[in-house]
Amino acid sequence: MQIRPILSALRKHRLATLLIALEIALACAVLCNACFLIANRLGMMKIHSGVNESSLAVIYLTGYDSSADIDVNARMLAGLRAIHGMQSVSVINTVPFGQQAGTVGITTDAAGQHYGAVVDIYNGGPGSTQALGLQLVAGQWPRADDYQALQGDFPTDARVLITRSLAEHLWPGADPLGKEFWCDKLHFRVIGVVEHLARARPASRGASAAEWSVFAPAQPGRFLSGTYLLRADPKDLPRVLHDAKAVVAKIAPDVVLDHENSQTLGDLRSTYFQTDRAMAGVLVGVIVALLGVTALGIVGLASFWVQQRRRQIGIRRAIGATRADILHYFQTENFLIVSFGIALGMVLAYALNLVLMTHYELPRLPLYYLPIGALALWALGQLAVLGPALRAAAVPPVVATRSA
Amino acid sequence: MFTYYLDLALRSLKRNKALTALMVLAIALGIGASMTTLTVLHVLSGDPLPGKSAQLYYPQVDPQDIKGMQPNKEPPDQVTLIDGLNLLRAGRADHQALMSGGSVPLQPERSSLDPFYVEARYTSADFFAMFDAPFLYGHGWTAADGEAKAREVVIAKSLNDKLFGGADSVGRTLRMAGTSFRIVGVLDSWQPNPHFYDLNTGSYAYGEQVFLPLQTMLELRLDRNGSSDCWGNGGGGVGNILPSDTCVWLQFWVQLDSPVKAAAYEEFLVHYSQEQKALGRFQRAPNVRLRNVVQWLDYQRVVPNDVRLQTGLAFGFLLVCLVNTVGLMLAKFMRRSAELGVRRALGASRRALFAQLLIESGVIGLVGGIGGLLLAMFGLWLVRQRPSDYAALAHLDPSMLLATFVLAVCATLLAGLLPAWRACQIAPALQLKSN
Repeated sequence: MQIRPILSALRKHRLATLLIALEIALACAVLCNACFLIANRLGMMKIHSGVNESSLAVIYLTGYDSSADIDVNARMLAGLRAIHGMQSVSVINTVPFGQQAGTVGITTDAAGQHYGAVVDIYNGGPGSTQALGLQLVAGQWPRADDYQALQGDFPTDARVLITRSLAEHLWPGADPLGKEFWCDKLHFRVIGVVEHLARARPASRGASAAEWSVFAPAQPGRFLSGTYLLRADPKDLPRVLHDAKAVVAKIAPDVVLDHENSQTLGDLRSTYFQTDRAMAGVLVGVIVALLGVTALGIVGLASFWVQQRRRQIGIRRAIGATRADILHYFQTENFLIVSFGIALGMVLAYALNLVLMTHYELPRLPLYYLPIGALALWALGQLAVLGPALRAAAVPPVVATRSA
Repeated sequence: MFTYYLDLALRSLKRNKALTALMVLAIALGIGASMTTLTVLHVLSGDPLPGKSAQLYYPQVDPQDIKGMQPNKEPPDQVTLIDGLNLLRAGRADHQALMSGGSVPLQPERSSLDPFYVEARYTSADFFAMFDAPFLYGHGWTAADGEAKAREVVIAKSLNDKLFGGADSVGRTLRMAGTSFRIVGVLDSWQPNPHFYDLNTGSYAYGEQVFLPLQTMLELRLDRNGSSDCWGNGGGGVGNILPSDTCVWLQFWVQLDSPVKAAAYEEFLVHYSQEQKALGRFQRAPNVRLRNVVQWLDYQRVVPNDVRLQTGLAFGFLLVCLVNTVGLMLAKFMRRSAELGVRRALGASRRALFAQLLIESGVIGLVGGIGGLLLAMFGLWLVRQRPSDYAALAHLDPSMLLATFVLAVCATLLAGLLPAWRACQIAPALQLKSN
């Protein structure tokens, strides 16, 4: 296939060529960035919570006087444990995808000079580590006497578990076991490292900080009451949760059950990512519409060119060009225009990514998105031009002999 | 001439239905997507209290200790209890109100209703007058009652409907958190969007159902929620424990009826900061801000990032659609070179041809606009099905309706300029000869 005649023909239609190329370039820029945004959202949605979501549910109670903490715990634990099919009930301050609780800034020195991170501290009563299904990768589980009564929101001096992700952030490359950190006067010592444990609102502080969590053992009672972690077989879980709500209404009719947040962890997770799913849907819609419009534009202009050049095509056919030659001519022409558009589009995509990075805390666009975007647009261009090109190939040589 | 060109345009558009449909479709899709997202953006960045918001200001002072001080850093977003009460009692503005949010358990007298939580606003007496909150029955509490920790409450219409079937409940009793309150007023439906006076509790479609005097809340230690920022050894407090003195956790709003008063108030804030520094409470040099509602919402970036992103995407899409339309129109106009050549040869000026072609693109724009409007209505319906808190607000208002058509026609005329100009450049003789 000779490219030179195609180029000189395009030079005659500079404006139209430029427009198609520009359209492809814009489509390329939006396509690459929209795909990247979708990948980001989906990546966030796949986050490891580190807990056994399918067999866990949570009950949130409020609206009782703080002097009733111990009494409410006792009644609830007894009542909930009696439910048929309940494997365990433990007290905890919150769960992954639950309500935000215990988010604090910590320092790695007692004087409070070396800022460490903003972490989520889970205060859990006995049995909660087993119920959550945490995976210990180093160190040991809290001993029974580590579960101490709270004097405030957090234990004053606790032996805690932290996630591997937090350990690597605070002490990169070092053994985290035995290390200490502080939150003002509160002191924590690391006794174990767990594989995963997402914070209560995983996306709230960026993807890298999604698992900066601490598990602090604590004794249920004052400052730790009202939130109960239920564990049951995944098959029984919906029924167990339903029964649990009925039990709460029966044994403590005066407390307020937070129906909206008392859910299975699976439901809490899907609620938490609702907006991300919706946004990903919108982005897919934009991509489909964008590609559709671009394809239609190519079809429209290519059809026009075919019609305009019917006579020339006839002449070429009359002097010996085959149908395949004509077909290839239009296909190559499209390929050249799209390639030109893609070259421009890659620059645009990069520029758009820079804008997004400054406004939306988005990471840099990985380079492999560019060739993927290019391949998609080449394919789109070839598909769109196929119809008009086949019509061009069908032009009979006899057209050459007719006057226009 | 206009009607003649219009007739010509319609004929020409009818002649090539597929191409016309393609152009209209591209415009309609682009306009539909842009108007859907633009309407959402417009609703979300709307003025919560039209006509009043320019007079409402949010004073900020900087009571933090010297640790971590940086030049040009913004003061905290809220005030401490001490500063709030000082500023409130100074009474330098036309109206002022100190407030915080929370939720209280409500124990209905009717045993058919389980106890439930209601969203509460703890505030001072001027709140209702300052924010133009409309009363259905009764009135707010007086400043004196507020200071005297009166057990008085103003309830929202929805709660009044739920508990009293919509009857005038002024004078009746409401039991909340184990305490009896006398209802002094019932508000009519009132829900400023965004919830500008306290953005911590949710920015959109959020409304309190009970309003209590702040002093009463402090005495009864009712649950509060929202954010608190502390420094030094401050503790944020949970449940019914109040945040310490080195925490900001209240919102303070003032009404200043003229810019002169606003300037004077800002000066007052500087004096106040200097005075507090002299007393040893403040450690930093005076660092004050006085933003009005619109500036405050802008500073707080209240419109969700996703909405801005979607609007940007939609306009990117519209741009692609327009470039597409330019290309198609160019093809269409160039194809009529012969016809245009004849008109030129018969004496039509370039300007006349240009006008004719522009009218043709205007018609496409108008039809595309109608299609875009339908698509935007469908798009907004889709938005309303979504789970976000602002979903219910997504409706097209008359100004956006007009904007849709203006955008559609302007965009298409703009898209028509280049092809029309190009088509007018043809030499009439050449076209006639080739025929």
